Amino acid sequence: MAKVLMIHPDRCTGCRNCELACSFAHEGEFRPRAARIHVYSWEREGFSVPMMCQQCEDAGCVNVCPTGAMHRENGMVVWDEKRCIRCRMCTLACPFGNAVYDARTSQILKCDNCDGEPECVAFCPNKALEYVDDTLATRSKKKAFAARFKESFAEVK
Amino acid sequence: MYGWTGTILRVNLTTGQITREPTSPRLAKQFIGARGLATKMMYDEVDPKVDPLSPANKLIFAPGPFTGTYAPSGGRYDVVTKGPLTGTIAASNSGGFFGAELKYAGYDLLIVEGKAEKPVYLWINDDQVEIRDASHLWGQTVPDTTDLVRAETDEDAKVACIGPAGERLVLFANVMNEMHRAAGRSGVGAVMGSKNLKAIAILGSGTVTVADPAAFKAAVLKARKKIQDHPVGGTGLRVYGTDVLVNILNQIGGLPTRNFHTGYFPTADKVGGESQAARHLIRPRGCFSCIISCGRATRVTNPKYAGEGEGPEYESAWAFGPDCGIDDLDAITKANYVCNELGLDTITMGTTIACAMDMFEDGILTPQETDGLAVTFGNAEVLVELVRKTAYREGFGMQLAEGSYRLAMHYEHPEYSMSVKKQEMPAYDPRSVQGVGLNYATGNRGGCHVRGYTVSVEVLGNPFKMDNLATEGKADLTITFQNLTAALDSTGACLFTTFGLGADELAEMLTALTGVTYTTDDFMKTGDRIWNLERLWNLRAGLTAADDTLPERLLKEPLPSGAAKGHVSGQPEMLPEYYAHRGWTPEGVPTPEKLQALGLA
Repeated sequence: MAKVLMIHPDRCTGCRNCELACSFAHEGEFRPRAARIHVYSWEREGFSVPMMCQQCEDAGCVNVCPTGAMHRENGMVVWDEKRCIRCRMCTLACPFGNAVYDARTSQILKCDNCDGEPECVAFCPNKALEYVDDTLATRSKKKAFAARFKESFAEVK
Repeated sequence: MYGWTGTILRVNLTTGQITREPTSPRLAKQFIGARGLATKMMYDEVDPKVDPLSPANKLIFAPGPFTGTYAPSGGRYDVVTKGPLTGTIAASNSGGFFGAELKYAGYDLLIVEGKAEKPVYLWINDDQVEIRDASHLWGQTVPDTTDLVRAETDEDAKVACIGPAGERLVLFANVMNEMHRAAGRSGVGAVMGSKNLKAIAILGSGTVTVADPAAFKAAVLKARKKIQDHPVGGTGLRVYGTDVLVNILNQIGGLPTRNFHTGYFPTADKVGGESQAARHLIRPRGCFSCIISCGRATRVTNPKYAGEGEGPEYESAWAFGPDCGIDDLDAITKANYVCNELGLDTITMGTTIACAMDMFEDGILTPQETDGLAVTFGNAEVLVELVRKTAYREGFGMQLAEGSYRLAMHYEHPEYSMSVKKQEMPAYDPRSVQGVGLNYATGNRGGCHVRGYTVSVEVLGNPFKMDNLATEGKADLTITFQNLTAALDSTGACLFTTFGLGADELAEMLTALTGVTYTTDDFMKTGDRIWNLERLWNLRAGLTAADDTLPERLLKEPLPSGAAKGHVSGQPEMLPEYYAHRGWTPEGVPTPEKLQALGLA
C-alpha cells in the first residue's frame, strides 16, 4: 500500500526540527535553506505550517519538465539529477513552491520521502508529521471531521 | 571549525565601522560559546567598572555551538554585557530563532560597541551588514517594530529589538526576539537603548557543520529519548508549561506571597498551569530545535484584559500573581503581554510592584506618590497601568523603572526590596527551598534561579531528591548546579534539557559536534572556569563578599504559614562551606591555586 507524508499544522509548535533533520540527512550539514521541508510561522497568532512536496497526481513539475528529469516512480514524484538541465521550470510550475533550486549545490530541492523512512517524521517531537498508509490518512481526517459534525448536531437537538 | 562558524562580527556604532575577526579555537575550547565565550570577550575588552549605560560598555549577542543544530532544545543565545540593574556581568538567555539565524549568517558572536548618534537598526544579511536609520521605529512596540523591520528587510528575517522601555533606559528593560522570546534579566535592553540601537534583523543562508555526523546523530537521538522519557521534560512542560510549578511550590510552602511575607497562597491554583491550560492555552509552542514545547500561545477573551500572545510562564505568573497577592489570571496574563510588547523583564516588574504594594500597605508610599492609585496587595486593577507607566517612565513609573532596590532605597527602606545584588529574586522562597537561597546569594547576576536550579533536586527530585528544608550538602549541590549550568548555557542548550540530561550527554554531543574532546569532567571544569571568570569580573567591578547575602526578611522572619512554617533561610551558615568548596578565600576571592587550576591565572 502506498504511504503518504501527512501534515498536522494544529500540532506543529514551529520548532523546525524537521528542517534540521532533512538538511542533515540529505546534505550532512545543518543548513535549513537546503531542507526539502520548511515551516512557516505566524508569531502574532502562534501558528505554524510545515510545507513540503505533495506528490501531486497531476504534477505541474512533471508536466513542465522538458527532459523527464522530474518523473513519476511508484506513485511518487522523483527528481533525476542526471537528466536535469537545471532550467528550473519545475520550481515555477509547482503551485505550492515546494520545488526550489539550491544555488550552492546546483540541485532541485524536493522531498523524496527519504526512500520510505522520512527523517523529518522521525525527528518531529509533536507528531505534526506522520508517514501513514494513504487510505488511513484519508479516513482519520474524515472521521475527525465527522466527529465535529456529531458534536454540532448533538447540541442542536 | 565544526559547530562554531569561526567568525566574530564586530559593529562599532560610534564610528560605523563593521569588522570581522576569526573565533579563537583556543578560547572556544575553554569557554565553549554563548555565555562563556562572550563573558571572556567582555573580561578581556571592557573595564568592569564601566558605566553600564555608557558607550564604553559592549553588548554581545552570543549563540553557542549547539545553536543551529538539532541538539535537542539547543537553539538558544545569550545577551552578554554589564547589567545596569546589578552592576554585575549580565548574561540573559533567550530562545526563539534569532541565535540560530546569527549562526547561519556566519557568526559565533556579534559584538556591538559604542553608541549611535541617532536611533539605528542593524541589518545582517549574511556578509552584508548595514547600520540603518531607525528614527521612524523609535517609540514602537516590540511586535510592531518586528513587523516594520521585516517589511524593510526580509519577511523571514529574525528580529531582536527593544520596546519603549529599553529606549527609556528602564533598568530592567529586556531584549525581545521573534516578538515573544526574552533575554529578560538585568536590564540588557537598557544597554541596547543606551546605544540607540532599536533592533537587529538577521537573515542567514549558511550552515553549521559537524565534525562527526554519525556520532552526533547517535548522541542526539540518545539525548532526545532521555528528555522525552522524563516526566517533566517529556510530558509536564508540554501539557501545563512552566506554570505547573505554582501548585507544586505552594504545597511545600515555597511560593513567595505578598512580597515574600509568606510562602503559601491559598488561591494559588487559580493562577497555575492547570488553570492556564483550561482557560487560556491555545497550543504549545517551541523554540528552535525544541522537543519540550513549554511555550504557551494564549488568548484572554475577558474584554477588560483581552489580548493574545505567549505566556505567562511560571515566574511571570508568580510575580504578578501570588507575589502581589493577586489571583486574577486574566489580569496577570495581560500584564505579561504588556511587558512583552513594551520590553520589560516580567520578574523584576512584578516584584517591584509587589515591593511598592508592601511599602504602600505600610504607609511609606501614599496615593500622592502613586499618582492616586491604590497600590495594595491583591489589587489587580492597577497591574496593567503600573506596567505601562513603568515602560514609559510616566509619574510613579519613574520610580518603578529603577527596580525595587532603588525604589526602596529612595524612601530609605531597603529592607522592602526582595533582591540580591539589586536584582529581584524569583519564585522560590529560600526559607522553604534552602539550597536555592544559597544560589541566589552567590549568583553572579544577583537574585536568579537559572544560574543554579537546585529546585530540581530539592523540590522536583530530579535527578535525585534532597530534603528542601535541609542545609546539609547544599553548598556542594549549589556549586554543581552553578557549574553545570554555566557550561550548559554556553553550548546553546536550554536549561530544561536537564530534565533528562546531565553533563555526560551534553559533553558527548559537544564532542561529536565540534571534534574537540570534552569528557564529563572537562565539561564540568569548563563550567567552573566560566563561573570563576564571572566572579573575577564582579570583584573587579567592586562587589565583595558582603554582596553575597539575602534580604533580612528571609534570614530573620520565619515563614508564618504553609508547609515550611517557622523556617528561616540558613544561607549564612552555608556560605563559608560554599566559599571553601569553591576554592575561594573566606572573603570569597578565588585563590591563585584555584585560578591556576582553571587556566585563569
